[in-house]
Amino acid sequence: MNQPVIGAILDWDWVGRQLDTIGVQLVEHVQLTAIAVGVGFVISFPLAVFAYRHKRFYAPITWVTGVLYTIPSLALFILLIPYTGLSTATAEIGLVSYTLLILIRNIVAGLRAVPADVKEAAEGMGYTRRQILWSVELPLALPVIMAGVRIATVTTIGLVTVTALIGKGGLGFFILRGLRDFFPTASIVGAVLSVALAVVADGLLLLVQRFLTPWARAVKVRAFA
Amino acid sequence: MISLQHVSKRFGSDGAPAVADLSMEIEEGETVVLVGPSGCGKTTTMKMINRLIEPTSGSIVVNGTDVLRQDPVQLRRGIGYVIQSIGLLPHRTIAENMATVPRLVGWDDARIHKRVEELTAILELDQELLHRYPGELSGGQRQRVGVARALAVDPPVMLMDEPFGAVDPIVRGRLQEQFLDIQERLKKTVVFVTHDIDEAIKIADRIAILNKGGVIEQYAPPEEILRDPANDFVERFVGSERGLKRLALIKVSEIEVEEGPVVGPSASVEEAIRTIEKHDLGWASVVEDGELLGWVDGAVLEGRREVGEATPRRFSAYVTADSSLRQALDSIVTSRTQVAVVVSEGQRYLGILTLERISREIVS
Ligand SMILES: Nc1ncnc2c1ncn2[C@@H]1O[C@H](COP(=O)(O)OP(=O)(O)OP(=O)(O)O)[C@@H](O)[C@H]1O
Ligand SMILES: [Mg+2]
Repeated sequence: MNQPVIGAILDWDWVGRQLDTIGVQLVEHVQLTAIAVGVGFVISFPLAVFAYRHKRFYAPITWVTGVLYTIPSLALFILLIPYTGLSTATAEIGLVSYTLLILIRNIVAGLRAVPADVKEAAEGMGYTRRQILWSVELPLALPVIMAGVRIATVTTIGLVTVTALIGKGGLGFFILRGLRDFFPTASIVGAVLSVALAVVADGLLLLVQRFLTPWARAVKVRAFA
Repeated sequence: MISLQHVSKRFGSDGAPAVADLSMEIEEGETVVLVGPSGCGKTTTMKMINRLIEPTSGSIVVNGTDVLRQDPVQLRRGIGYVIQSIGLLPHRTIAENMATVPRLVGWDDARIHKRVEELTAILELDQELLHRYPGELSGGQRQRVGVARALAVDPPVMLMDEPFGAVDPIVRGRLQEQFLDIQERLKKTVVFVTHDIDEAIKIADRIAILNKGGVIEQYAPPEEILRDPANDFVERFVGSERGLKRLALIKVSEIEVEEGPVVGPSASVEEAIRTIEKHDLGWASVVEDGELLGWVDGAVLEGRREVGEATPRRFSAYVTADSSLRQALDSIVTSRTQVAVVVSEGQRYLGILTLERISREIVS
């Protein structure tokens, strides 16, 4: 078997001519991802804190977000089109709903992993419930929460390519175009760049996490995805 | 200072209460230790004082105020709290941990900084630990930070739940000494929970021995509990070495010592030999103007006319007036002639202690 090397089947002239478009799509990809994870976090955070404090709501909340998570992405976009059309909103609704399960599970897992003795000592010293949440529980849950954010981000970067089918898609635009025009160069550029973006985003978030949790140097963090 | 009146706590609606109708008074500046078997309600009793657990009935008054009429958060900020697992905030440095309650009550940075320095000195902590995280300290160091943190706003009342339970016996011993030292100076009202009767005997002004359901079997000073246990439960709980444990509480200065064989440097050798033979120990102490110089025996005096011509040998061990009878006993059984020599400050000779003399204290 003599597989052609990727470099050999790439049309480098095309790549050179498309640099501007690549830049534009890359920015769109980052934007779609950032909005999805950002909005997802804003929705997940209060739900997760609520589910943490009121245990019996945890199962229903994760059930609903779990159902959202299992709907095939393409099917979800098609379901939404009658209401929101071929818009950014359609793409974002889909993308956001995929982040919820990951984020909620990790925020709750992080909060639950806060050692009971630390909470008890804090209460015994006269922290209010709110102070315990904001200055004890959340900081200590941060490594697990950040692990959730990283997983959600990497997943979303992959899913954004699918939104190309409804006219968005960032780098997915190239993948789709390559498939449609039997032009492998475009598909490869789209795929390679979205993988690279995922790796870079994950690394950057890891750095942010390290910076925010200097105390956790020796602590192993497990993510719940 | 702290008064519990007919306090009960029932978890859930069925089953036996964890604490039933417990009443006790704790005086200002006193260290009261709660001991008892696991599950007897020690922690529950303590946590009702700062309302981490709400009593089902009864009243608890701290410093003249009913705790149930106080805001629990404010109440807790005014009561030092130390637990076995310490619960230092792992994401805050040691200095920040010590500053926890001062920050909660709104002290300014300068005052907090000064207080952290003071606490570091009081607990004999290393300055360089201040900027580390709790995960980077040893168990004993963490325990001391836990105590420092509880002392931060200088609360009159301290609640300590097995504060030295998680460290090895040597470190625990040192922490207990340090606790006694600090308590001597600060005179806090302390409620201290432990499993360890020896720890209780060592640090308590009064010990409350609890049975299942928070029933107080005896509430008395350690010496009294050892001398006169109220019932079988207390006797069994205190254990078989009751006599020995009591010796640890009695100081040499509290009992009469025997004079023992003593000669002056100007005594003749014949006189010295007579003294040695009379006491049948084989040696005599040489004392000049009340100061102990050492000991002499027949061999040292051989060929001399006066005691002062010989060089007295040094005793390998003494006990002092401040030593406990238990230390004296240790000195006796490890000495060749079964006697402990007692001196006070400046090598002033006080006398000797023998096995018979000490066993009279055990039985009395
Ligand atoms: N939150 C709780 N809910 C239900 N039962 C409890 C609770 N806390 C304590 N108990 C029960 O109350 C009783 C007394 O418990 P407590 O913790 O006061 O014991 P303790 O004397 O401190 O024991 P140990 O020496 O093991 O710490 C036990 O039977 C325990 O199971
Ligand atoms: Mg306990």
